[in-house]
Amino acid sequence: MSEAKKYPAPVTNPETAAFWDAAKEGKFMIKRCTACGEAHYFPRSICPFCYSDKTVWEEASGEGTIYTYSLMRKSPTGPYAIGYVTLKEGPSVQTNFVDCDLEKLKIGQKVKVVFKPTDGAPLPFFTPV
Amino acid sequence: MTIKGKAYIAGIYEHPTRHAPDKSTAQLHAEVAKGAIEDAGISKDDVDGYFCAGDAPGGAWPMVDYLGLNTKKLRHVDSTETGGCSYIIHLGHAAEAIAAGKCSIALVTLAGKPRTGAMPPRAAGAEIDFESAYGATTHNAYGMCAMRHMHDYGTTSEQLAWIKVAASHHAQYNPHAMLKDVVTVEDVLNSPMISDPLHRMDCCVVSDGGGALIVTTPEIAKSLKKPLVRLIGHGEAMKGPRGGKDLDLTYSAGIWSGPRAFEEAGITPKDIKYASIYDSFTITVLMQLEDLGFCKKGEGGKFVADGNLISGVGKLPFNTDGGGLCSNHPVNRGGMTKILEAVRQLRGEAHPKVQVKNCDLAIAHGTGGLLGVRHAASTAILERV
Repeated sequence: MSEAKKYPAPVTNPETAAFWDAAKEGKFMIKRCTACGEAHYFPRSICPFCYSDKTVWEEASGEGTIYTYSLMRKSPTGPYAIGYVTLKEGPSVQTNFVDCDLEKLKIGQKVKVVFKPTDGAPLPFFTPV
Repeated sequence: MTIKGKAYIAGIYEHPTRHAPDKSTAQLHAEVAKGAIEDAGISKDDVDGYFCAGDAPGGAWPMVDYLGLNTKKLRHVDSTETGGCSYIIHLGHAAEAIAAGKCSIALVTLAGKPRTGAMPPRAAGAEIDFESAYGATTHNAYGMCAMRHMHDYGTTSEQLAWIKVAASHHAQYNPHAMLKDVVTVEDVLNSPMISDPLHRMDCCVVSDGGGALIVTTPEIAKSLKKPLVRLIGHGEAMKGPRGGKDLDLTYSAGIWSGPRAFEEAGITPKDIKYASIYDSFTITVLMQLEDLGFCKKGEGGKFVADGNLISGVGKLPFNTDGGGLCSNHPVNRGGMTKILEAVRQLRGEAHPKVQVKNCDLAIAHGTGGLLGVRHAASTAILERV
């Protein structure tokens, strides 16, 4: 079902292009600030916590747990589950859960990143481990 | 510096329509402006401040022109856009402008037709590539909050349903309400699941319509004929995932806007006789009641159960017009109607079946945007003088 779904291609911009370039190689990147040590998502050039410009790209494990979710029962493209995953590295990210029984999702469940193709760079989604 | 007591709401108007395929959006703005101006007993040529948000076609300057406001006199404009709570923020900003002498009679308008046709998309933020594909809508963004609230605090669907039940008890007396039937907890639980854990009856209506306010100085208000209602406290705040650090969707920006307003007013939630709480969804109300301090965080479920929000029955009468859950939700923005019913309660103009006795202190609180993603909140505390 999710394979048949057509996702919009990221527009990308100079600040986030490296994220999408890495996504094409199957890598899920976050940003980390070398001044305060905090990781964040989605990626910014200036650290949202300490305002340092010393932020660097870091490949994340792609593993995390479901913080919350909601199963949208109807939509023009069918049911889908939106939620947040708290990554092992700390930040929580908004996503959809795919390639699974959407009725069986649970808060706290372990998930990992999977990329789905678009007409441009692939998009990160999460699926139960 | 404070705005406490420096601005009065002298005119209110709520458009009776809930479906307006035969009218333009600008026309609805003009009709509510005319209504509020007539309610206040002033002339449109007296208006020297105008406030509108993203629903005003073209923004402030086309609206000022279309409405025929007196541009020789108009000297203060504010088009702050914070979704559904824009108008509660406008009320505070109007009070600030009045207190600073920047205007003396402010008009605030809201109107639109989401029931007639689709609304234009929101402007995208920097997050667009990282979120737009995941289909966040109002239903699932609030569903995510409810799901986590249930997980952390044991809140139940039955408790959420009581919020709709209370709204329906009030809506039966509102001849303009879209949904006038009194419903039960079972009715809510048996309505179709829209986005887990929110059922159809946990969701507000979609309606056309609008509303408007006239905000003015104490001196001008006292020269007019309406009962005196003044703003004594105001707060505004925003919240988002902020880089994904320590995400917590069980509280809203109301946790900041509320205390700011109460502090300015010099009162506590216990003093409030009537509460207008934005009810885009039942969970919105439950979280706001906690965030505003009507009960402890996590105890909102117990607080709303067993009719505690029903006028004449419970301890905190809320949304006595039926609110967004039953009456209307013009432009998918509930902030304006929250102020309007609070003013009716303070004036003693609510329906006799839901009028709160000796209603001298009321709160109007709203959120804007998506509670589970990024949002604003604003709190206004109003007093009958």
